[in-house]
Amino acid sequence: MDIYSLEGKKKIIKEHSPKTKTLKNSCFAFLTGGVICLLAEALRHTFLYFDIDSKDALTLVGVTFILLASSLTALGVFDKIARHAGAGTLVPITGFSNAITSQAIDSKSEGLVLGLGAKIFTVAGPVILYGISSGVLYGLIYFILLSTGVVAP
Amino acid sequence: MSIYAYLILAFIGGGILSLIAQLLIDLTSLTPARILVAYVSAGVLLYAVGVYDFLFKIFGAGVSTPLIGFGAAIGRGVKEAVVKDGLLGAFSGGLSATATGITVALVAGLVASVMTTGKPKRM
Repeated sequence: MDIYSLEGKKKIIKEHSPKTKTLKNSCFAFLTGGVICLLAEALRHTFLYFDIDSKDALTLVGVTFILLASSLTALGVFDKIARHAGAGTLVPITGFSNAITSQAIDSKSEGLVLGLGAKIFTVAGPVILYGISSGVLYGLIYFILLSTGVVAP
Repeated sequence: MSIYAYLILAFIGGGILSLIAQLLIDLTSLTPARILVAYVSAGVLLYAVGVYDFLFKIFGAGVSTPLIGFGAAIGRGVKEAVVKDGLLGAFSGGLSATATGITVALVAGLVASVMTTGKPKRM
């Protein structure tokens, strides 16, 4: 085997890196992601049952899961669940909350302003930036379509 | 539809979205942070073309709890603000609609950070 060429090196890296257990990871991700959304749906129906309007109910469900994920992260429990759940805890709003809280905790020792204050946005920043920017793009297109009469409000 | 049907559909919706993300992490070079960004942007797009409302009617919290729901909330906020305020709405709608979630997440992170004394790293 040619260990000096790029292809050879790539082959050696591939042989020595740990095998990802795609099937097992996928099953765990499906189950945890599913269970979190099931709980969220149950909570949403509980709020709807108490005559909270559907938009507020969704916001309250989001806030509940954000607070839950943040507390579990601070207690060090989230980490243990996420290790098995993979994308199952990442994709629901819990992943967003975990990313913010874990960064805040990790970067506190680097200072309150440029440490915690800046690094709390390490993952949240890109999510907010690209989410909002996509929104602005959509808003501009929608505004043009609306003012030219292509779509009705 | 009975409450059990809603719960099962939410389970399936959330499960499938998580499964797709896991496959993207395992089989491509996408990192978790890139997945989150992709899901939020996908949420805005799905809302814009009207697919999100259709999915929400079927899966409920199964699509609104994943970050796609966060993106869709941005899309809905922008749309409503443009109808109400015109062009300025395109710039105000997204953040107003998601302000509660973002604020709660950031303040919770700050409080958690102040109350703990450095815990193991994640992400």
